Amino acid sequence: MDKPQNNRAWFMVLPVLLLVAFSAIIPLMTVVNYAFNDTFGNNAFFWVGVEWFKETLESDRMWGALQRQLIFSFTILAIEVPLGIAVALAMPKKGVWASVCLVLFALPLLIPWNVVGTIWQVFARIDIGLLGYSLGLIGIDFNLGQNASAAWVSVIMMDVWHWTSLVVLLAYAGLQSIPDAYYQAAKIDQASRWAVFRYVELPKLKGVLLIAVLLRFMDSFMIYTEPFVVTGGGPGSATTFLSIDLVKMALGQFDLGPAAAFSIMYFLVILLVSWAFYTIMVNLDREEERSE
Amino acid sequence: MSTSPAQPTDKAGLRRLASYAMLIVYLLFLILPIYWLVNMSFKPNVEILNQLTLIPQNPTLGNYANILTDPTWYMGYVHSLTYVILNTVISVTVALPAAYAFSRYSFIGDKHLFFWLLTNRMAPPAVFVLPFFQLYSSIGLFDTHLAVALAHCLFNVPLAVWILEGFMRGVPKEIDETAYIDGYSWFRFFTRIFMPLISSGIGVAAFFCFMFSWVDLLISRTLTSTEVKTIGVAMTRTSSATGLDYGTLAAAGVLTIIPGALVIWFVRNYIAKGFALGRV
Repeated sequence: MDKPQNNRAWFMVLPVLLLVAFSAIIPLMTVVNYAFNDTFGNNAFFWVGVEWFKETLESDRMWGALQRQLIFSFTILAIEVPLGIAVALAMPKKGVWASVCLVLFALPLLIPWNVVGTIWQVFARIDIGLLGYSLGLIGIDFNLGQNASAAWVSVIMMDVWHWTSLVVLLAYAGLQSIPDAYYQAAKIDQASRWAVFRYVELPKLKGVLLIAVLLRFMDSFMIYTEPFVVTGGGPGSATTFLSIDLVKMALGQFDLGPAAAFSIMYFLVILLVSWAFYTIMVNLDREEERSE
Repeated sequence: MSTSPAQPTDKAGLRRLASYAMLIVYLLFLILPIYWLVNMSFKPNVEILNQLTLIPQNPTLGNYANILTDPTWYMGYVHSLTYVILNTVISVTVALPAAYAFSRYSFIGDKHLFFWLLTNRMAPPAVFVLPFFQLYSSIGLFDTHLAVALAHCLFNVPLAVWILEGFMRGVPKEIDETAYIDGYSWFRFFTRIFMPLISSGIGVAAFFCFMFSWVDLLISRTLTSTEVKTIGVAMTRTSSATGLDYGTLAAAGVLTIIPGALVIWFVRNYIAKGFALGRV
């Protein structure tokens, strides 16, 4: 890109910088401070080096939460991405119905996360919920307060309900950008539906799908509110994911050192994925410029 | 497609039928839980707890009346709206010049800065909960609207910058240059010519700041206690503490969906763009 070099542009960025520094860097410094120190209150700190990191890395609790988190994130990705693509392909291409579909699909995305939790909590209950009650009628005990697999099924269904539409909307936007000429060429070649998808649509969708996968991975990796409201992390710790565990540790038990060490490692993973996201974005922009 | 003329149309017809079936099933899956919430919000608690009815047998507005007459409920909405609007205004205002700088100039560290902003959008709020609590307590902002509004800037300012930059790069640079030649100052050019040009982008950025601030529970719950009781906090307390007043809880949930449902039609073509940080 041929943007003029102008270091005075810094002045325009300055307000953002100050504001985000206040809400990100100062709090993060506190976390770093706690991660390497121990305290007995009264602001008296003792340097403990990497002790907290060692403790966290050796505790089963953190690995358990990480394992559940990864299972959760990959499960919802495996469901949401194919389902999202399929729904986007089935959507009307234009006209009023396309708009109606867009609006209805987007509805779950705009519901406050604690309300998403509430919706699924009342929907899945065996006594007053449509889902739990109906499953009970066909002989499935869906008590998510006691039954770990029922809790997992509800949490995953809830996330699929909540976020598949995001994949749909992104894939739909990608499909819209494919010129008609491509489809006509495929028709002349008498390409099968599968071939059209595999060689025309999928390559064009690559970019938006990568964005969708990364966004869904990141957001599911930090999920807190929805499972907290539905299951509270239980039964036991069956649905305690990383964020839920961290909040329990930091605010519930005030274990500042381990919580801070945990936070820093959590943050490093996020940095890595963000970097992947950024690289893909930059490459996409470049490709777009080349094709223009 | 197959070679015989009759078969393709059959196949295409079948395929269209399968498409519609799939759409309908997906829509049902989306609507059913919402329908159940709306359904519950019109039932008295006795009916909710004693029988499972698909439409309210004794429809009542009592649950909504509960909310509109009880200050702890309706003030929850007022408190939430206050910090959400405050945050939206702050985020979009500071993001506008920054996004312009990113879209028009290159300067030392611009790419690193842009990336750093992204990491804040991606950061898990759970990491920030404890430090936020201590930071805002120590400067005396704990339990105020401003504390929550500033804390939400963590993810909303980066979001607004990225979205606005995405819209601004679509505006040709020649417009800036012509305006400067015509003798416009930067400020006058920016407010009179440039902002109207990207008004849809500003709308989308504001919408997404509003939304992400509105949907958050964790940070707003941590930074408030008695003075500012947000609607999310009010809802989680009812569900966990008494576990009884489902009707009112459902009505409160329905009311939180309304702001999003009202504006959704206007932003329908930009939802993907907004969620993808202006990159689609």
